[in-house]
Amino acid sequence: MKIKKGIQLIDQHDKNFMYGGKFGGNFIPETLKKPIDDLTKLFTKLRKNKSFLKERDHYFNSYVGTPTPLIKLENLTAHLGGAQIYAKVVSEANGGAHKIYNATVHCLIAKRAGKKYIVGDTGAGYAGKMLSMAAKKFGLKCKIFMGAKDIKRQRPNVEAMRKNGATIVPVKTGSQTLVDAVSECMRYWVSNCDTTHMCVGSTVGPNIFIKICAWSTAQISRELVKQVIEEFGKIPKKIKLLNCVGGGSSAMGFWNEFMDTDAEFIGIEAGGPKNSRLHAAPLTNGAKIGILHGAAQYVVQDKEGQIGSTESISAGLDYPGISPLHCFLKDSKRAKYTSASDEEALKAYQLVSKLENISPSLEPSHAFHEAIRLAPKLKSSEIIIVNSCGDSTKDKDIIKKKLGTYIR
Amino acid sequence: MKSKIDLAFKKCKKEKRPALITYTVAGDNTKNNSLKILNVISKHADILELGFPHNTPIADGGQIQGSSHRALRNGIKLKDVFQIVKKFKVSNPSKPLILMGYFNLIYQSGENNFLKSCKDSGVDGLIVVDLPYPENKNFAKKCKKKSIDFIQLLSPTTSKERMRKIINYSRNMIYYISMLSTTGGKLKVSPRKILHNYSKIKRINRKKNIVIGFGITNKTIASLKKADGLVVGSQLCKTITNSLKKRLNAAKVLNKMVYNLKKQII
Repeated sequence: MKIKKGIQLIDQHDKNFMYGGKFGGNFIPETLKKPIDDLTKLFTKLRKNKSFLKERDHYFNSYVGTPTPLIKLENLTAHLGGAQIYAKVVSEANGGAHKIYNATVHCLIAKRAGKKYIVGDTGAGYAGKMLSMAAKKFGLKCKIFMGAKDIKRQRPNVEAMRKNGATIVPVKTGSQTLVDAVSECMRYWVSNCDTTHMCVGSTVGPNIFIKICAWSTAQISRELVKQVIEEFGKIPKKIKLLNCVGGGSSAMGFWNEFMDTDAEFIGIEAGGPKNSRLHAAPLTNGAKIGILHGAAQYVVQDKEGQIGSTESISAGLDYPGISPLHCFLKDSKRAKYTSASDEEALKAYQLVSKLENISPSLEPSHAFHEAIRLAPKLKSSEIIIVNSCGDSTKDKDIIKKKLGTYIR
Repeated sequence: MKSKIDLAFKKCKKEKRPALITYTVAGDNTKNNSLKILNVISKHADILELGFPHNTPIADGGQIQGSSHRALRNGIKLKDVFQIVKKFKVSNPSKPLILMGYFNLIYQSGENNFLKSCKDSGVDGLIVVDLPYPENKNFAKKCKKKSIDFIQLLSPTTSKERMRKIINYSRNMIYYISMLSTTGGKLKVSPRKILHNYSKIKRINRKKNIVIGFGITNKTIASLKKADGLVVGSQLCKTITNSLKKRLNAAKVLNKMVYNLKKQII
């Protein structure tokens, strides 16, 4: 399996929308065939439409806020010794996470499609919060599907969604987390696809949703390429881009424009609690390929194909599947994947928040753990950049409970 | 060998009535009970659909999800599903049985392996909810080789051009989804409108047996009896749920219910 140079990764699929012949596709009920075809046609057109691109850039600049800063973590670098550690502080984007890019683009598409309603799923609550924000801005009625367990553990984001006027639908089936929220959202769309636009919150689901999401978050690396060249004069040979992966949307955005460079990509999955058999790390733990939410991917499942339970302290990474794009990157050996445990992520959060002016949420804390582990082993001429794609504020309750205190 | 599904439709046509097709979930709530249910309702139903449960279904409503979870909680495995079919077929060899479910279970067991188990146990047809045309072409071909009817689905969102292609590609039975809904939704489109769409589809090819499903209950079934066949699923699952709650014998209750459904379309 090989990645082609000079072609956007999202476009490297065959006629059945499969990446590397194995991942992705459209495993969907007949009812969704047409809405998905329509959306595919519309997006194909809009991607090339100058006025749409102008509109997107306008809102990315004036509404999302670009570029998000690239900062050197001087104290952390000095503390660890070794590689130079940087953070791309994507959590500075409006709303506090990368999910705003996908949400904004989906609202712009919904407007062009003439839809008045928009629905979406959420795990950590960021995708839902951003979608509700953007929906409010663009005058769309918004419904968010969220697992009942996640509603409890991500209270600040739930409150934000309510303030934005979104209806939150608690999902009480199965594990009551992201996987069930996505299923329920899709079921809702099956019943309402004539009036409603659906936003899938990550680079998962039927092909078109993977495409729209990765195309939207690519803004992160468009900015980062410029920032890296500004900082180092060129894209250095020894540079590692570290990103947490749940569904994989922030990592796709963080890496996209570096695809044809020497930059090394490392994705960090959620390893779950140290003493638990459960995890949310299908790539690290050698899960088999299966079909989840309309796409073939590595997915935590049992022998028969029942989707497996996952466990992670981080609601945003607590998903049994992983984007087909990441499966493609893994099997073509373009990216490497590893995992960090709940405890390791918490420790990383603590260290970064103590030493630096940023305070990563539990999702990017998984990536910071890997940075902290790697940096001392590397030369000072080497560079690590971590995507700090969320802020710890939303995890205040969990952190307090686990560590006794919350610092920011 | 003639398709038993086709024979069932022929018999119903002779009797000038639609085929009654039931859907229940294998293993709901236990292996034995679901077999008992199949045995009793097969006295009234013309074709039986049997769901093989999946825990992440993207097109099922609450009732069928409930049945699936019950079955899975009681440890139902694919091999049990085939065993249920096999046992059912021993006592009802000529009654057509269709398995229905999601593709991941087929994918994990391997397409060929899955079809072999279907053949060995006596499955007559297959509905795979999340394997639409044209992605299902290869698998449908494999089914044909094994003389298993792969049943294509049509929905109100299916374009006319697409319908032609699907119908052309289909075999003895086609499943028309009555409305934009998951299974078990309330019928939100008038029966007249459904039949209007239905007759448009029939006009494309009158020879195909086209059944209507989704939202069909004892309240709506009579109004749709012009169709070649009618599927009742969620109402049966709901009835099992209620019977379990009230500690009633689900097979007995379902027997009566399916009898009454049939009476309405004779």
